[in-house]
Amino acid sequence: MIHVRVQPEAFDLGVEMQELCQDSTAIGAVASFVGLVRDNNRVDEQASGVATMTLEHYPGMTEKALQRIAEQAAERWQLQAVRVIHRVGELQPGDPIVLVLTASPHRHDAFDACQYIMDILKTEAPFWKKERLSDGGERWVDSRDSDSRAAGRWEDDGF
Amino acid sequence: MIELLYFANLRETLGSGGETLESTPATVADLLAHLRARGEPWEAVLAGKVLVAVNQEMALPDTALGDGDEVGLFPPVTGG
Repeated sequence: MIHVRVQPEAFDLGVEMQELCQDSTAIGAVASFVGLVRDNNRVDEQASGVATMTLEHYPGMTEKALQRIAEQAAERWQLQAVRVIHRVGELQPGDPIVLVLTASPHRHDAFDACQYIMDILKTEAPFWKKERLSDGGERWVDSRDSDSRAAGRWEDDGF
Repeated sequence: MIELLYFANLRETLGSGGETLESTPATVADLLAHLRARGEPWEAVLAGKVLVAVNQEMALPDTALGDGDEVGLFPPVTGG
């Protein structure tokens, strides 16, 4: 019921949703999250935007981390299926980068588990983003304190 | 003997994806002290925040190391 993938290829939300729901007709709710590559650097039209984003990961550890995060969600909420797909390699602004699907008999469990998985993924799954700017420069994206706070809030909540 | 793997800006700064260390430091903290003692560019690399995974699980400074362990060093993660 837990399915995780790391791949360079794009994913199709409709196909993934259909496969997820084939497992059980007892599913009452599916929450989905799709993350897109955002042009962080673009403050105005004159600024140098992000031309490409390259995603590096730690093969082996990444899959284990995603599996563990999904298992933790399944211990905490009533879930019938979880699917996490994360892309690696070179992406363009606007490209889908991550997909999380959570299936449950109840919508609250599906919503909360989906949000939990993304919050923990952002701080624990070994991926790193590098931006290449349209002016030719490049830089590693810094981690954000707001992501640590988002992940930390789940600890205060009976976990 | 332990296998070291470097990722992201560590890999770029060090100009290497990893190396085999013939000795096996007792703990993660001992490993980092050993690497820092090499001087630059390690001192600069370890001045920033570096996370350590032992056999693909996140580790702490007092995590023990054993012969044949895979040890990954990398900056805070930025996926999603």
